[in-house]
Amino acid sequence: MIIDYEILKFIWWVLVGALLIGFAVTDGMDMGVGNLLPFIGRTDDERRVIINTVGPHWDGNQVWLITAGGAIFAAWPAVYAAAFSGFYMAMLLVLFALFFRPVGFDYRSKIADPRWRRAWDWGLFAGGAIPSLIFGVAFGNLLQGVPFHLDEFLRAHYEGSLLTALLPLLNPFALLAGVISFAMLTMHGGVWLQLRTNAPIARRVKGAILLMGAVAAAGFALAGVWVAYGIEGYRVVAQPALDALPNPLAKTVVKEAGAWLAIYSQVPVSMLAPVAGFAGILLTMLLSRMDRPGWAFVTSGLGMSGVVATAGLSMFPFVMPSSTHPDASLTVWDAPSSHLTLAVMFWAVVIFLPIVLSYTVWCYSRMWGKVTEEEIRVRSHSAY
Amino acid sequence: MDQLFIDLSRWQFAATAMYHFIFVPLTLGISWILFIMESVYVMTGNEIYRDMTKFWGKLFGINFALGVTTGLTMEFEFGTNWAYYSHYVGDVFGAPLAIEGLMAFFLESTFIGLFFLGWEKLSKRQHLAVTFFTALGSNLSALWILVANGWMQNPVGSEFYAETMRMEMTSFAEVLFNPVAQVKFVHTVSAGYVTASMFVLAISSWYLLKGRDLGFAKRSFAIAAGFGLASALSVIVLGDESGYELGDVQKTKLAAIEAEYETLPAPAPFTLVGLPDDETMTTGYAVKIPWLLGLIATRSTDEEVAGIKELMAEHETRIRSGMVAYDNLQKLRQGSTDPEVRAAFETHKRDLGYGLLLKRYTPEVVDATDEQVALAAKDTIPAVAPLFWTFRVMVAFGFWMLFLIGAAFWFTLRRTVERQRWLLKALLWSLPVPWLACEMGWFVAEYGRQPWAIGEVLPTFLATSSLTAGELVFSLVGFVGFYTFLLVIEIYLMTKYARLGPASLGTGRYHGEVPPAGRPATTDAPLVPAE
Ligand code: HDD
Ligand code: HEM
Ligand code: HEM
Repeated sequence: MIIDYEILKFIWWVLVGALLIGFAVTDGMDMGVGNLLPFIGRTDDERRVIINTVGPHWDGNQVWLITAGGAIFAAWPAVYAAAFSGFYMAMLLVLFALFFRPVGFDYRSKIADPRWRRAWDWGLFAGGAIPSLIFGVAFGNLLQGVPFHLDEFLRAHYEGSLLTALLPLLNPFALLAGVISFAMLTMHGGVWLQLRTNAPIARRVKGAILLMGAVAAAGFALAGVWVAYGIEGYRVVAQPALDALPNPLAKTVVKEAGAWLAIYSQVPVSMLAPVAGFAGILLTMLLSRMDRPGWAFVTSGLGMSGVVATAGLSMFPFVMPSSTHPDASLTVWDAPSSHLTLAVMFWAVVIFLPIVLSYTVWCYSRMWGKVTEEEIRVRSHSAY
Repeated sequence: MDQLFIDLSRWQFAATAMYHFIFVPLTLGISWILFIMESVYVMTGNEIYRDMTKFWGKLFGINFALGVTTGLTMEFEFGTNWAYYSHYVGDVFGAPLAIEGLMAFFLESTFIGLFFLGWEKLSKRQHLAVTFFTALGSNLSALWILVANGWMQNPVGSEFYAETMRMEMTSFAEVLFNPVAQVKFVHTVSAGYVTASMFVLAISSWYLLKGRDLGFAKRSFAIAAGFGLASALSVIVLGDESGYELGDVQKTKLAAIEAEYETLPAPAPFTLVGLPDDETMTTGYAVKIPWLLGLIATRSTDEEVAGIKELMAEHETRIRSGMVAYDNLQKLRQGSTDPEVRAAFETHKRDLGYGLLLKRYTPEVVDATDEQVALAAKDTIPAVAPLFWTFRVMVAFGFWMLFLIGAAFWFTLRRTVERQRWLLKALLWSLPVPWLACEMGWFVAEYGRQPWAIGEVLPTFLATSSLTAGELVFSLVGFVGFYTFLLVIEIYLMTKYARLGPASLGTGRYHGEVPPAGRPATTDAPLVPAE
């Protein structure tokens, strides 16, 4: 079946969004668990319980991140090129933090020395906390635009040395976005712990869920106000036909206060995203309080999806606006791959994603049930 | 372009990829060995095979963790460090990478958690299925990444577009069924199988030499010997196939590997050893075997194998044609709609990459002097000596391992392995050999591809990101430092658990363990009691 190029370009925007949401809901969960690990687990057995709630699944979850990276490469090569090299130092920081996770999970309990184990606990914390902050910071920067331009051969260049460019990345708005992301993922991980463990862990984590939910909701509201009054958005004034061969240098773009909110008046259903964001987070706090962690997990997933979708929708059709050369910004219409590649990749997703989802569900269902300290003691040679 | 910056980019990619490939081959092979062991357990119910699966699985897990760690870097490194490359070929190259995630990594990584932690929660058959899917996933990942890599060596199924200034896919099937990708896949996974077999053989040999856990070690040894023999044969046969494929599509690489400076009358002789010299373009002290190269590279006695001098002359013509392509490309990019410009561009387009080689000497390309053209033509030939030697060592290692594994298999059949102490010692000391062979293989494949990032399409020096040398020094030192630190921990744990042996499972049945009171030291299996 042949799908129009224009429609495929749009579908790929939806699919990349879906992969990022999949990442937040699955891998975000075990990052959140990592963020809580040193604080909620007081004894070694408790910490092993916490680790084993995600032990069998974290690696599969991380593939959402890997696949999102691969999919951006295939579907938006220009974005893959400009964003990952433009955020070079931030990417390194994320990678170095992520390195602690595979080894942390697998090696921690292979040696009994408490210093060894404590060291890996902090490694797992870093592997959750740093990426969850930086992914937020990256979105915060995308919303403000990134200082890059493209030359006539479409090579990307950046303003200033990137070493010195690391500091501007950590501006107040971006930091707020980082805090939202950190709080949201930690809340989500907390709900997972409440669902998969008994007291005292399940009891102790409830306070953290409330706190993180409150921070996330307040931060999200503040960011909304900030976007409306504090930072400029971008708007396309003129561009080639949407199904034209992608050329990121052929359009005209202006910066404008409030442009990031335009979509909500033009397409009112898009309001559903921020509403889901708020409602999801608030309901999660409530349901966790009422000891309904199963439903709380659903609502916190919903809340995170809402927040991610809000960021994506606000920027639409922009993917990576350029603050110094707005005309060279990358959009859904001029950053994608060829018609054939988008089509091939679309069918690959249509075939494989349902398969992935079904065996993932099978794996979770096989490992279901509360993880307990007795179980850890019995299986101390094989458990993480 | 700053040469230092380009060298650093290459060093970083080489370092991170070589680190990644320390862990990859063991994963590729041992996952199948585990599947074989567990199948025997499920079929016979003999618990020692379950213990074998669990124990070798533990070592596998220690390795796997770093495979994932180092793989993460690779997934993003094309964007972070080869940004222009990503723009220029992402349309083709990105697809297999993304499919790898969807089809292979999800499979491998979702099931591997259950492999380690699901023993109590799954039925025997379910767990066996989990092991199978883990192995399948890791091997599928090799397939897709080698489709991507094969395309870099031999970029089929795609075409350059002036409008988008990049390569675009014209046939997914051609990219997938690229002959280079096929031979690379089979040779590389076989190399992984050999690596894993040698790993199990070497560690089992150590137990046999120490006279401990004999029942456990002999069974592991036998499985690895059988699996290894098939793999060692196939790595050699399929390596030869790689050589044949090179004769077809990567003539320059083949000529460099063979230090063939002159085109010799068919069938060409094979230079066994010698001292290649790029300055004088001769190979000193060459020991030659008549006919052999002609047979390997062309499977015939009457076809010639092109020599370096002939190829260089050919490349010079293509560079000049590339200058015309570049000139017309510039006009098109500036908005020219002149059909003559378009026609000239289309005629010379397949040499555009050769034209780009001149960018190193003159940014304008079209104003290159004859001297600069000659320099660029010289650049098209990779340094010969390193390729010549690494290739020969890889091959020698291949035959050495075939001999060892063959002997291991033979004495397993004769049931006298534990008496062949020379063999056990040789196997133990040869533990690093498969890894060295793999790293050398990649060196041959990748260094031999130079100066191209994408064969005859995009020169390596143009493919980088716009970063600074300072940033690269920082990241290169960071990666190498971090990886080395983790590798030291990995080797420490690996050695610790290999020394502990199956006793690390805590069943109370193995060497060094005191069986818990009231529990029989052996189960239905004829296990060796603790000494
Ligand atoms: C021939 C095999 C082969 C080759 C050439 C490569 N890999 Fe690899 N990779 C594997 C075979 C493999 C594997 C066997 O599937 C691994 C290795 C050990 C492991 O844990 O899985 C893996 C792991 C692995 C992971 C972690 C997956 C997970 O979380 O499970 C990533 C993201 C990559 N690789 C990415 C890459 C990239 C981008 C490469 C190219 C530059 C690359 N690999 C070369
Ligand atoms: C994991 C096994 C691999 C190893 C050990 C390996 C090794 C190397 C080495 C030694 C180099 C440096 C060559 C030089 O610059 O002199 C290199 C470069 C490179 N390789 Fe590989 N490689 C591996 C897999 C791959 C794969 C699977 C791909 C692509 C799918 C790939 C893509 C590249 C690229 C883009 C460069 C940098 C550009 C260049 O120098 O050509 N490599 N690799
Ligand atoms: C004994 C005969 C062998 C022959 C004739 C042979 C031949 C080759 C050739 C021609 C290449 C280059 C392919 C290319 O550039 O595209 C290659 C690459 C490679 N070899 Fe071998 N090889 C042999 C043994 C081995 C052994 C024993 C191992 C490891 C256990 C090994 C591992 C590799 C790897 C990992 C690569 C890089 C991947 C690839 O390009 O396929 N080889 N080999």
